[in-house]
Amino acid sequence: MKSAVIVFPGSNCDRDAQMALRKVSGQEPEMVWHKDANIPNGTDIVMVPGGFSYGDHLRCGAMAGNSPIIDALKAHADRGGYILGVCNGFQILTETGLLPGALMRNASLHFVCKQQTLRVENANTGFTSAYKSGQEISIPVAHHDGNYFADEKTLDTLEADGRIPFKYVGNPNGSAKDIAGITSANGRVLGMMPHPERAIGGHEGGSDGIGMFESLLQALTVNA
Amino acid sequence: MKARVHVSLKPGVLDPQGKTVGDTLSRMGFSEVGEVRVGKVIELELEDGLEPSAAEARVKDMCEKLLANTVIEKYEIELA
Repeated sequence: MKSAVIVFPGSNCDRDAQMALRKVSGQEPEMVWHKDANIPNGTDIVMVPGGFSYGDHLRCGAMAGNSPIIDALKAHADRGGYILGVCNGFQILTETGLLPGALMRNASLHFVCKQQTLRVENANTGFTSAYKSGQEISIPVAHHDGNYFADEKTLDTLEADGRIPFKYVGNPNGSAKDIAGITSANGRVLGMMPHPERAIGGHEGGSDGIGMFESLLQALTVNA
Repeated sequence: MKARVHVSLKPGVLDPQGKTVGDTLSRMGFSEVGEVRVGKVIELELEDGLEPSAAEARVKDMCEKLLANTVIEKYEIELA
């Protein structure tokens, strides 16, 4: 599994993403600066990490969504490559149009930072095969703008097509339909607010996130 | 030439900031206040000599591509 992590000015989960990918794949992820024009050939999975790219100026993810590397990211998506956007990475993926909808200010207006229970709604994706549908897992959240919004038609399509792999149990931010994460139509692009890379069995917050990386490894090994 | 862009949440999109401001105003005794919406104003200095219609088209393009997120926001352009 050949992986890459995009680094923006203000990213702060890029090293966590790097550690999680390294731990599961046994291969060193490529760290790609956002001003680069290319993602290395043969990359299977690109992580768009959390943080506060460009200081969240204007809107979360707005500037990063227009960074030079984004054309290469879109080309990777067009090739059917996997992309995992976490937190600010999810916000960036919606800003680029790779995922529908938008992330708004939390309904409470408060930053939320805690362990969060999620329910796996669809274990039949390349990101979730290591879990069972209906399984509850505990993953940390830490965000101010995680309130997922999309029009009713989009929400209905996401639900009908199994494109909501994770929902919150106890909605922390006001997200429509308790959405914690969504996938693209081809299932290869996942954006989510919770941080699976912060739950990989170290000291940091449980190990329920490692299943996501194991699922990817499995999906990429089967396809290889 | 200057352009002023007003960006605000579309009608129907919940505005938690506006609601909090409204609640606080009413607690402060401004009982005449109904719904409050919070937006932002972006001022752009444009090069002189642009045709207003051309300038407006360019600023509209900027709004669509960066200044507003049209999934949740609407915008109005004012040239001065």
